[in-house]
Amino acid sequence: MSEPSAAVERRHLDDAPVRVVSARDPLRVRLSNLVARRELLTGLIFSDIRIKYKGSALGLVWSMLSPALTLATYFLVFSVFLKNGIPNFVVYLFSGLIVWNMFQSAVSSSTGVIVDRAGLVKKVSFPREILALSNVGASVIYFGIQLGVLAVFLAVVGHAPAWGFLWILPISVLALYLLTASISIVMSAVTVYLRDVRHLMEVVLQLWFWVSPVVYSYENSIAATLHSHGLANFYFLNPVTLIILTFQRIFYVATTVKSTTTGATLHILPTWPMSTYFYLNLGLLAIMTLVFLVSVMIFGRLEGNFESEL
Amino acid sequence: MVNVIEVEDVSKQFKIHHERHQSLKERILHPRSGSTEVFRALSHVNFTVSAGETVGILGRNGSGKSTLLKTICGVLQPTSGEIRLRGSLAALLELGAGFQHELSGRDNVYLYGSMLGFSRKMVDAIFDDVVAFSELEQFIDTQVKFYSSGMYVRLAFAVAVNVNPDILVVDEVLAVGDERFQAKCIDRIRHFQHEGRSILFVTHQADQVRAICDRAIVLDGGHLIADGPVADSLRVFREHLLGDAPAPEALGAPVDVHIDAVTSPTGSFLMRHGAPMHLDIDVTSERAVSGFFLLEIFTRGGLLVSRSDVQASPVSLVPGTNRIGVDVAELPLLDGVYEVNLGLVDRPGGSVLAWREQAATLQVSYDGRAGGVIELTPAIRQ
Repeated sequence: MSEPSAAVERRHLDDAPVRVVSARDPLRVRLSNLVARRELLTGLIFSDIRIKYKGSALGLVWSMLSPALTLATYFLVFSVFLKNGIPNFVVYLFSGLIVWNMFQSAVSSSTGVIVDRAGLVKKVSFPREILALSNVGASVIYFGIQLGVLAVFLAVVGHAPAWGFLWILPISVLALYLLTASISIVMSAVTVYLRDVRHLMEVVLQLWFWVSPVVYSYENSIAATLHSHGLANFYFLNPVTLIILTFQRIFYVATTVKSTTTGATLHILPTWPMSTYFYLNLGLLAIMTLVFLVSVMIFGRLEGNFESEL
Repeated sequence: MVNVIEVEDVSKQFKIHHERHQSLKERILHPRSGSTEVFRALSHVNFTVSAGETVGILGRNGSGKSTLLKTICGVLQPTSGEIRLRGSLAALLELGAGFQHELSGRDNVYLYGSMLGFSRKMVDAIFDDVVAFSELEQFIDTQVKFYSSGMYVRLAFAVAVNVNPDILVVDEVLAVGDERFQAKCIDRIRHFQHEGRSILFVTHQADQVRAICDRAIVLDGGHLIADGPVADSLRVFREHLLGDAPAPEALGAPVDVHIDAVTSPTGSFLMRHGAPMHLDIDVTSERAVSGFFLLEIFTRGGLLVSRSDVQASPVSLVPGTNRIGVDVAELPLLDGVYEVNLGLVDRPGGSVLAWREQAATLQVSYDGRAGGVIELTPAIRQ
């Protein structure tokens, strides 16, 4: 090109913003970097999904197969074999599993992501949190599909959700996203220093599953025992629990049902009014926002030594 | 002129683990053991690059060149100090580092572009140029895992240069690809320079620094030891390289060999084209050593005109001062000023025993009408 273009180049540099690379970026800079590179995030999410299902004729259908199988198994075990007596148990299971699948798949896939992509981390500059966030993003997409499947399923069996509660769902989903993202970001960095955390995380997730009311009803099975030992409040320290309960309240609806086996009255879900669900979820969202900010800060601390550890 | 890169007092330390405890289990079992050592890869480095400048970075392996580049690109965070960047930056630290093997070339162009920090829209606009430059039209929809390493490099380089960054950072990547593609890359880099963009360039090839760079900096052990015109920095680099380079094994002990002085029997370095040229070179050696003599001639612009055939010029030095004569029967150089570098190597392709950068500056006069650097005198027939 000719000289005029060179002059234009130089002129635009005069008022180009200055980017600073220093020992530790403040949180504000880290967050704005994440926002600035959102195209990379979406690019990574879709390329990951593409790679995963490349060369398979069924494509995304595969991603639905595993949750469908889990759903069927738990239904058989708890409703058919163990006869827990909960009517419409599939709907109950489905609404809780959606939450759990999102959380579990994102956290377990993100834990090793920086170690696995060491080549990229050591050679290309971008906010490293994006690697964990792209795995969370893929889980969000699967979550969306499962939510769609649930909606279709409810329509087909004629099971109406609690329409009045539905507006709480976005708050709950956002809290779930921030929770999942926070744990994924921190664990992806911790694994760089402690490689066996990956295996530890699998065990932790298994335990976590059983302390969350997905396959059983908190009110019906363990609430009384926990209360008598004064442990009920500890159960609710698990942030996933509130989200699962909210989903179940919205999609399963009934708080008290008649057992299909004994005819007795079963308390399935907490009988909180709508406002309680709302304030609890709002509170959780506030806490999770804070947790997310802290997790980005922790990541920033740990990131400094990646080079010598990878 | 605006500074596009300002490196201010940058240091980088790495922790080196002697006994690595990279698992939670080991940390719990051996809470205190495992010694770490701090390695200083960069110590208080300062320099700036202004808009339109091309700066070469020279240094031996482990001198901190790559660490410096990575820090500038933001791949590494400095331990202390600050780097300020103005304008967009595209880095070629390792070509194709961001490629996903399972994806097609097309998808990778977009993904790689977004990794370099450019939006999908911007990549859309240059996509055809990228493909044309990489010459991979037929293979752009093939998965890159089926690409040869040359194709890989071509595609990555094509993306990086076509996104038109204000600053291009290149780390020894021009050594790959065939000669024609290398020439194309150099061409592209010149085009970049012409457009007033800035380039930071790491290479082992002194020729490339001479040919491309306006300025060069030299790193040694993480310290910046020279920052100035290419010729000066190259001299520091060469001398430093010799200063504490390990002794050639065959010789047993380091040999102190020095190229002391270059003289011309006429007393000046004013030469005439077509006339014989004679140079006397005084070399002192502390003991008897045999080696090969080497002579390079460069234009002022840094173009290598000629490097003598090492194989053809064996010399045997005695302890003390030796005089080596260089004779050129008919000087083929045309009008201009030329720099002469002299060197002694222990064997062709071996270690350098002595080196003198810019040992002499020749001024050649020429009365004819031919242009360029050397006379061709083609016989034209009809």
